[in-house]
Amino acid sequence: MNIFIQMWRSLFRTGVTDSPVHRVFRVVVNFSLHLHPARVSKNGIKTTYTFCLGGLNVLFFVMTAITGGLLMIYYTPDVDKAYANMLDLENVIPFGTFLRNLHRVSAHAMVIAVSLHMLRVFLTASYKSPREFNWVIGVGLLLMTFLLSFTGYLLPWDQLSYWAVTVGTTMAENTPIVGAKGPFSVLGPEEDMRFILLGGTSIDQPTLIRFYFAHCVGLPGALVGLMALHFWRVRKAGGISRPL
Amino acid sequence: MLKPLVDDLSETTVSRRRVLGSALFWASWGIVVVILGVIGGGVLRCLYPRALYEASKIFKVGSPESYKIGSVNLVTGRGVWIVREQEGFYAILAKCTHLGCQPIWYEDQQVFKCPCHGSRFHKDGVNFAGPAPRPLDRLYLSLSSDGRLEVDKGKTASLDYRLKA
Ligand code: HEM
Ligand code: FES
Repeated sequence: MNIFIQMWRSLFRTGVTDSPVHRVFRVVVNFSLHLHPARVSKNGIKTTYTFCLGGLNVLFFVMTAITGGLLMIYYTPDVDKAYANMLDLENVIPFGTFLRNLHRVSAHAMVIAVSLHMLRVFLTASYKSPREFNWVIGVGLLLMTFLLSFTGYLLPWDQLSYWAVTVGTTMAENTPIVGAKGPFSVLGPEEDMRFILLGGTSIDQPTLIRFYFAHCVGLPGALVGLMALHFWRVRKAGGISRPL
Repeated sequence: MLKPLVDDLSETTVSRRRVLGSALFWASWGIVVVILGVIGGGVLRCLYPRALYEASKIFKVGSPESYKIGSVNLVTGRGVWIVREQEGFYAILAKCTHLGCQPIWYEDQQVFKCPCHGSRFHKDGVNFAGPAPRPLDRLYLSLSSDGRLEVDKGKTASLDYRLKA
């Protein structure tokens, strides 16, 4: 019997004694309760103030991360295999189509939610001091979200992918200064922004592997890092903004 | 009266210890910046491969006789059209001048249409509709020593360039 009590105690360190001090203590030592602020202003939990849009972004991101991880099991970033993998996901793998659609719908939802979240922050003037820098971090999050959509689009390696990325990287080629054909260009066609993105001068295997890395490792990693900063800043600014 | 061995450290005099100390401080930061710069530069350099495994920009596209007068022929996999007119040959780069998609030649309408945003070009590559800002690029076309047509994608040619063969 003792062993079960010991196991319980190792999981829930505070025991079951109920007193005001114990309640506070339990909140302080519990990880998930600790993530949530101990005190929240009334305004901050009003649904019609934040519309939970930031939280929805987190939800959609977690959804894309989980479904993306499962998709990775069946996907090979190889120009000879990628499209065949897509067909397998659609026709051979149980729930493969469902998985793809979940990933895709969550990604679209994230783009919509991030835009609406930005709009909400703007309309409630929550970008004002002391939250200016969190707006800047937010712009980073917005860019990462867009870049995730862009890089993910190439991975199925179908006609839509190929020409969408052709168009996108030709835009990069026309960027001022860092694009070979843009205004004030200083870099040649074999050293400009497009070249770095493509890993060459045409969309081919080097491009697929670069986009795959960015989509599955680089950008999600950066997004998680920025999100941590973002939430930290919300906390340190004293929680959600409120009418003065 | 004897002068004191050590001057009073007034506000204007700076001790050797402080000078050396701050020199060391900035030198340390300098080293950190240099190291980070070298690492950053290395990462950036690593994104540029030394060799590209890409198709050659110069390639042969068969003998002149294999092209009919008045025809537009896509060289598949190369992204180039070889056009033969009464006055001679020219090569058009199959890359829309808007954002780089590959237009399609419609033989019945004698027009190039881009599937991406609907730009249209005449047979000579001159744009007449859609967002494309200028005519399709012409490529340098020559006759190789073995009598076959040779395209150089690295060199552009003017709109009036014709190869007589
Ligand atoms: C992946 C993208 C993003 C995630 C996951 C995210 C998440 C969050 C969350 C959970 C909050 C708490 C309040 C709420 O839910 O509305 C918040 C607040 C905030 N966000 Fe974002 N956000 C993202 C993008 C952005 C963008 C694009 C901007 C603006 C450019 C932005 C600016 C702000 C600001 C200034 C606050 C503080 C608002 C206040 O205190 O009322 N965020 N964010
Ligand atoms: S790329 Fe051809 S019209 Fe836009």
